[in-house]
Amino acid sequence: MATEALRGNLVRPRQSSGLWSDAFGRLRKNKLAMVGLVMVILLFLVAIFGPMLAPYPYTEQDLEAVLANGGRPVPPGDPHHLLGTDQIGRDLLSRLLDGARISMTVAVVVQIVVLLIGVPIGAIAGWFGGRTDNLLMRFTDVMYAFPDLLFIILLSVAFRETFFGKALDGLLLVFVAIGLTSWVTVARLVRGQILSLKETEFVEAARAIGVSDAKIVTRHLLPNGIGPIIVAVTLGIPAAILAEATLAYIGIGVQAPRASWGSLIADGQKVVRGDPHLVIFPAICIATALISFTFLGDGLRDALDPKLKGKQ
Amino acid sequence: MPAEDAGTGAEMPTIIEVSSDEARRVGAERSLGAVEHKADKLLEVRGLSTHFFTPDGVVQAVDDVSFDVDYGETLGLVGESGCGKSVTALSVARLVPNPPGRIVAGEIMFDGINLLKLSDEEMRKIRGKEIGFIFQDPLTSLNPTLTIGYQIAESVRQHLGLSPRAANDRVVELLGKVGIPKARDRLGDYPFQFSGGMRQRVMIAIALSCDPKLILADEPTTALDVTIQAQILELIQTLADEFHTAVLMITHDLGIAAGMCDRVNVMYAGRIVETATVDELFEGPKMPYAWGLLDSLPRIDDIRGDRLRTIEGMPPLLIAPPDACRFAPRCNYAREVCRTDEPELTMHGAAGHLARCWATEPGGWIS
Repeated sequence: MATEALRGNLVRPRQSSGLWSDAFGRLRKNKLAMVGLVMVILLFLVAIFGPMLAPYPYTEQDLEAVLANGGRPVPPGDPHHLLGTDQIGRDLLSRLLDGARISMTVAVVVQIVVLLIGVPIGAIAGWFGGRTDNLLMRFTDVMYAFPDLLFIILLSVAFRETFFGKALDGLLLVFVAIGLTSWVTVARLVRGQILSLKETEFVEAARAIGVSDAKIVTRHLLPNGIGPIIVAVTLGIPAAILAEATLAYIGIGVQAPRASWGSLIADGQKVVRGDPHLVIFPAICIATALISFTFLGDGLRDALDPKLKGKQ
Repeated sequence: MPAEDAGTGAEMPTIIEVSSDEARRVGAERSLGAVEHKADKLLEVRGLSTHFFTPDGVVQAVDDVSFDVDYGETLGLVGESGCGKSVTALSVARLVPNPPGRIVAGEIMFDGINLLKLSDEEMRKIRGKEIGFIFQDPLTSLNPTLTIGYQIAESVRQHLGLSPRAANDRVVELLGKVGIPKARDRLGDYPFQFSGGMRQRVMIAIALSCDPKLILADEPTTALDVTIQAQILELIQTLADEFHTAVLMITHDLGIAAGMCDRVNVMYAGRIVETATVDELFEGPKMPYAWGLLDSLPRIDDIRGDRLRTIEGMPPLLIAPPDACRFAPRCNYAREVCRTDEPELTMHGAAGHLARCWATEPGGWIS
């Protein structure tokens, strides 16, 4: 009996552990990254279910409470309004929860736009090389050199009155605009990955069995380069959230009465001396989201980098 | 890890026996090929020249090379590093990296088809299906992110259009054939879970997966240790015989050539300098370079501590080689004519024994 079991063990000395379970094992050991991961999951849960949990609709005005407070925003700690209200009596907690939805949508949609543009451009440039590469990368350089904010503002102004500009409360335009300015990093990254991977012998081996170019790139090369792409996307999310907040602060993007965290800060700063809570809470939200994604991204980078394998 | 290999080696013969008639069935249309060959020779390479266009100049890596491979024959291609062996094989499969490399002249007739006239698409259908490739380094020739099962099935599904299930069965059969035990359990494994020898077995399984007519084996055992080398070579030979597959065996190891090949081509500086059957070559080499190669083999009666014998000097740069015998600068027997005229590949002695040498030609100064 015992020898039988032993023999089984000798033939299969260990459970097969793939890239992902391996990487997750390393991620689990990284406390900061796990904190980030938990926070990110929480943020997404809040974004999905938050508005259902919100005590009031984000548009509802509790003018009586404001009047009872002498016409000033209700401060935090009020029994009806946990985080207080703004000047016209809208519950701040409810508005923050709705803002979470916007920020998380930014996080996801912008990265999808980035991947849809960046990965094909990078892959084509890297795989074909030569002239194609030159052309695409110079275009990428131009995009990189172009001032992002200016580009987004121009886009928003140009399309403000069109259907495209009004879709999703004006958010679609912002998402696309941010995506259009941030795919550059991913494109360069993918190009670099493909450039170094296409010289490997397993690519030659794949060509030697007659695999087509498209399949080599999608099945052989991209999966090998996916680690850095995931990291870039994760670290791109806080940048996108920040960009959206910046835009909202200067009044571009989400249309009133909806509010993102950025536009809440913009509204709140008018009364920041008397009622700092209108700035502080949205700022905490933004900071939390940024830090969570950054922690997670850093952790993923360490976990997915095969060179670190076995060192930690 | 090597322990695994030792284990598989022991089990190999039985496994091969179990699946041999299945293999015949899969390759049925082809095994009939013994009677319906489409050409005299499986592979006829005529005047092949492959050049690399580098910033320093045009490197004539393969220069006017001609050779044949018969159906089912094992042909050796030997020579030292940088003499053009691998580029010759890559040229046959049209895998020369372009840029900088390009096949500038020649004709490659494979089973009656001129490979150099095919479109990329048509060539892709031949690669992997009709011509299998075994690479030098099994450690880097498998994609680390794909499972073994997927990588073998890729070729089968591509060329034979098998359903995923049928492809899987085929993969299990192939893995069994190359001596990997419990093949079905290992389909989902990744390359890092295999030892070097096992990975080379996987590469052989991939090369054989569509029952090719020709296998290009580019130093298939260089990266492996000696005991595994013997197993892998035996495996290639057994399977090549079983499938009636021709093998172009590229090696710098004359021992391997002696053990595996029917005929041997010796290459030097981008040219074939001698062609002979194995016996002819080892008994009476007709080219000082081949003497040098044979002489540099360590012998069992060598005195311990003595230096190994080498051929003095380095192979010439292949940018603008002179119109002379390319081996002349390193040759102890060279005369004036060697430095001014390049000898042709001509008959030296027995039928089919060709060499490029003024000295050993009939009427030369060495007999």
